[in-house]
Amino acid sequence: MNKLPRLIGRRLLQFLPIVVFATFVVFGLLQLVPGDPALSLAGDYATTQHLAEIRHEYGFDQPLIVQYGIWLWHAAQGNLGLSLFSSEPVSQLIRDRLPNTILIALYALIVASAIGIPLGVLAATRNGSKLDSFVTASASLGVALPSFWLAMILALQFSLYRHWFPTTGAAPFFSDPFGALSHATLPAIALAVGVVATLARQVRSDLLEVLNQQYMRTLRAKGLSSGAILWKHGLRNVSATLLTLVGLQVNRLFSGAVVIEAVFAIPGVGSLVSYSAINKDFPVVQGVVLVLVLIVISVNLAVDVITALLDPRVAAA
Amino acid sequence: MTALTQPAVTPSPSPRSRPARFFRWMRSDMRAVFSISFLVLLLLIAVLAPVIAPYGANDQNVSQLLASPSGAHWLGTDDLGRDVLSRLIWGAPNSLYASFLAVLVAVVLGLPIGLLIGFLGGWFDEIVSRFIDALLSFPPIVLAIAVTGALGIGLTNAMLAVGFVFAPFLARLVRAQTLVVKGALYVDAARGFGASTPHIIVRHILPNAIQPVIVQVTLMLAIALLAEAALSFLSLGVQPPAASWGGMLARAYNYIEIAPEQMYAPGMAILLTALAFNALGESMRVALDPTMKRR
Repeated sequence: MNKLPRLIGRRLLQFLPIVVFATFVVFGLLQLVPGDPALSLAGDYATTQHLAEIRHEYGFDQPLIVQYGIWLWHAAQGNLGLSLFSSEPVSQLIRDRLPNTILIALYALIVASAIGIPLGVLAATRNGSKLDSFVTASASLGVALPSFWLAMILALQFSLYRHWFPTTGAAPFFSDPFGALSHATLPAIALAVGVVATLARQVRSDLLEVLNQQYMRTLRAKGLSSGAILWKHGLRNVSATLLTLVGLQVNRLFSGAVVIEAVFAIPGVGSLVSYSAINKDFPVVQGVVLVLVLIVISVNLAVDVITALLDPRVAAA
Repeated sequence: MTALTQPAVTPSPSPRSRPARFFRWMRSDMRAVFSISFLVLLLLIAVLAPVIAPYGANDQNVSQLLASPSGAHWLGTDDLGRDVLSRLIWGAPNSLYASFLAVLVAVVLGLPIGLLIGFLGGWFDEIVSRFIDALLSFPPIVLAIAVTGALGIGLTNAMLAVGFVFAPFLARLVRAQTLVVKGALYVDAARGFGASTPHIIVRHILPNAIQPVIVQVTLMLAIALLAEAALSFLSLGVQPPAASWGGMLARAYNYIEIAPEQMYAPGMAILLTALAFNALGESMRVALDPTMKRR
């Protein structure tokens, strides 16, 4: 069984250039800042000596490609620099806050898949019915709804008025799982709505396409029940695209988390990145962006490998 | 994809006049009528904001802070005693400017790049496409925040950032379309007649690859509007005291316990406008797709 490592190896090779380019983009962010990067890194109250130190440490006196190399070498060792604001190591800041972001993103993904996929299947199998129009219309609404507005309404209705859930903050999942989930519930719902809409829409149209294929008619003519057709042939055919689709939502969830974390005052990496961008704390911004893009790429890689394993044509090769 | 599956350019089937055809189309698609009417109305409001807004964007009535709706202030006042309806109207030009700017940047960057890599192919396409894949791996709002932080906060910079984040989506779409059109017979024919590469790209590829791009651009206006609202909410976009719908929501959020009704109007404005852009995009998809005409 040496197929799996070979497959993973091949995919890794395909993903390597993407990772390299992504790190280049993160590194390049600092180059976008008008003026001397050393000045941006040193903050407003830097001494001349401190500036010289920074120039030397980051290699700003050297060619760009060398600077990139130095930065990448540091980043690969987990050294993302120090926050200009708190002087804490960026990697520590991220480590403290990432679990909160992952929790609401994962929670939202589970909720969204549990609702969005069955809705899409229902709409497709009852194509043209009232239920179908209802799902389609709700999906249009869900796509256009600003998630942070929904978050505000949820916070007002369910924590300020009814006190069902805590308004703000987060709790550590492993020492207080119940508290963590109750803190994360409203944020996860706000985050999930757009994803539910996207999933329902896409599952509906993908499944409709499969159900309208010629061989579906043949199966029906053979006397197969509609349930068997749906489960054995319809859903199996969309499962691979479904997995890819769910994987793609991860980067959208991180996007949404930034704003949702601001609404619920959750100490996650999303609130960290927006706060740091406003305060020109560039090492933190770069660190968060790097970590998030690496997570997204890893998830896509995993989805790619799993999809390939599910595909009998690949398994046979 | 072979040349045979290309939709032939249909000659107009009826000799009827343009307005007649336009009205016939309007009757067949009420969704498009509603969304176009709404957007035209919004555009008028944005242009005429100085004339129709009952108060200036920053006129304060300090005796009326966070007031409920009344005859003088139809939607109440905010925490600084400013008229909410007026700020909503003054916010319209900012929000529309933001959406159009972001999408314009995306088109200016994405369209030529997509055309070029799709047409040229080879190692150039290979490298640029991997770069596009890398850009698409970034959570869009997170990348937009980082770029805005680097360029300096403010509405224009924030929207340049959003446009930059959108560009790879468009480039990838244009590339795929170009690949389809590139194989068409009429492109070979044009080359056979000795047409130059720029001529082929501009006169033959672009017009035939553009339809899905137009649809995508309309849908992007909705996403850009939501992105503007989000960035302004996070105070990376429009800066006070200028009015924008996202900024109004951020302010309303600070007073959610005292004056919760403050957040409904700007949120509705964002939702309705985003719905209208989306509906228009969907209607255009149907109208432009020859295979969907008979449904």
